[in-house]
Amino acid sequence: MEQTNFQLKKQDAQSHEWDVRLHRATRATREDWLGRGISYLCIGVIILVVASMLWFITSKGIATFTQNHVSLWKFLSGTNWAPDQGNIGALPMIVGSFAVTFAAAIVATPFAVGTAIFMTEISPNKGRKVLQPVIELLVGIPSVVYGFIGLAVVVPFMRHLVGGSGFGIISATFVLFVMVLPTITTMTVDSLRAVPRHYKEASLALGATRWQTVSRVILRSATPGILTAVIFGMARAFGEALAVQMVIGNAAIMPKNLISPASTLTSQLTTGIGDTIDGTLPNNALWSLALILLLMSLFFNALVRFIAKRGQLKNGR
Amino acid sequence: MLKQYSFEKTAVQTFAGNVSLAMRTENLQVFYGANHAMHDADLGFPKNQITALIGASGSGKSTYLRSLNRMNDGIATVTGKIWYHDVDINEPNVNIYEIRRHIGMVFQRPNPFAKSIRENIVYALKANGIKGKAELEERVETSLKGAALWDEVKDSLDKSALALSGGQQQRLCIARSIAMEPDVLLLDEPCSALDPISTVKVEETLLQLQKKYSIIIVTHNMQQAARVSSQCAFFHLGHVMEYTPTATMFSNPQIPATQDYISGSFG
Repeated sequence: MEQTNFQLKKQDAQSHEWDVRLHRATRATREDWLGRGISYLCIGVIILVVASMLWFITSKGIATFTQNHVSLWKFLSGTNWAPDQGNIGALPMIVGSFAVTFAAAIVATPFAVGTAIFMTEISPNKGRKVLQPVIELLVGIPSVVYGFIGLAVVVPFMRHLVGGSGFGIISATFVLFVMVLPTITTMTVDSLRAVPRHYKEASLALGATRWQTVSRVILRSATPGILTAVIFGMARAFGEALAVQMVIGNAAIMPKNLISPASTLTSQLTTGIGDTIDGTLPNNALWSLALILLLMSLFFNALVRFIAKRGQLKNGR
Repeated sequence: MLKQYSFEKTAVQTFAGNVSLAMRTENLQVFYGANHAMHDADLGFPKNQITALIGASGSGKSTYLRSLNRMNDGIATVTGKIWYHDVDINEPNVNIYEIRRHIGMVFQRPNPFAKSIRENIVYALKANGIKGKAELEERVETSLKGAALWDEVKDSLDKSALALSGGQQQRLCIARSIAMEPDVLLLDEPCSALDPISTVKVEETLLQLQKKYSIIIVTHNMQQAARVSSQCAFFHLGHVMEYTPTATMFSNPQIPATQDYISGSFG
């Protein structure tokens, strides 16, 4: 009897010992907590920054409509931009921004896709050794340098070619074309490399030529990726301020043609932001331009996500 | 420990003039850079028969097969002669696209395109300039019937090929190849990614297909070689060790290496 009791007690003690041992904190668990804490802290700071930026731009941007009582429709469709006199029609800048963005994307995409096909399908070795560094270099050049080259070379060239001042949408398109080319090219290269190798093999084994394989199998299955690349390029073009400002002429008037001075949302913002007083209509109007920029970049982002989802559905993943 | 077998002692059959051959290789050698992957392969493939290429991994059988329709172009260096209709198709000025139209290939992993079942078959036909709608329809049907897939998919031709099971996908790949009406069909371990039931279906399909096509199949599976093939070649470390009628190889192997391989001593 006593002996069994003794054994029971001993077991209790033992199990208690295990209970403690398996629940106590060790260096490993403390490291876990620390790591988790640091990650949460970083995420928290980033979320706070993004949220406050959104709040700041939105509240400032809508002040034009809530405090100065300008109608939204007038802002979006008005063509007269003279904030000092109370006229804030933003349409010229909206049109200018979209014009340079689409024009740059349309010009750059064929070059980018062609380069990407060369780098992945036609000459992968040269692509990796020669073209890849060149394209990475293009990404690294600061936008002010692009703008400066545009101002020193493209603008005089346009002036010589078609007359006028040389400033305008065409010059801006040309500068943006060079700036978005590397973005679109690198992302297109990535999406072409992601096409499963066995698609290519299957197509070649069926007697299809390289051209047929590239155009009907590889490009087809990379289409969502290429679209995403183009949209990223467009987002970059839409948001580019400095280089565009240097070559577009910054005239806040409706662009009548591609070779007369015009302006974009970004160029108007950088030109005007130093000359206005906080809280006045001219200042609020600039914030409204910034709000449009923000909404557009959100739209580009949403578009990219939408395409990625569609692409996944199509490829049955 | 792998036993050393003499590469001098081989038993490779040749065919007399009265057997008509679909293809034949002469001194075929394959190099991956400095790596000599295939030594002097002299094999003939009789028309309308299934020839199996067996051997352990790395024995060079897939490398050899891929050379036959020039899929090794740009990957490996292939020397020697590949005779097809009395033309050496291993010469650089031969039109490789034309070759692949006559010598089709099915790969180890089912690899249908991310398109509909119909488009998977029509793709190569269109790429080769066949446009008539009626003809395309007919080719889709006959090739799917040839690959014993028609009854399973005839109501869902416009569905994605990726929704099919592995076995169905592989039979679709076979259908896609035979839609081109090739002479020779090369299959590179077509059943290694399939379950036993799908494997049986593919094998039955192959036995039907040999009436119209000459088939060369690489397989890891000795039972499969015994079930489907008429001729069988045993590859070992980049050498063809034995090439005999399948019945002979499995009942009366001519050399020790083959004997050991088919009895399961290695591989």
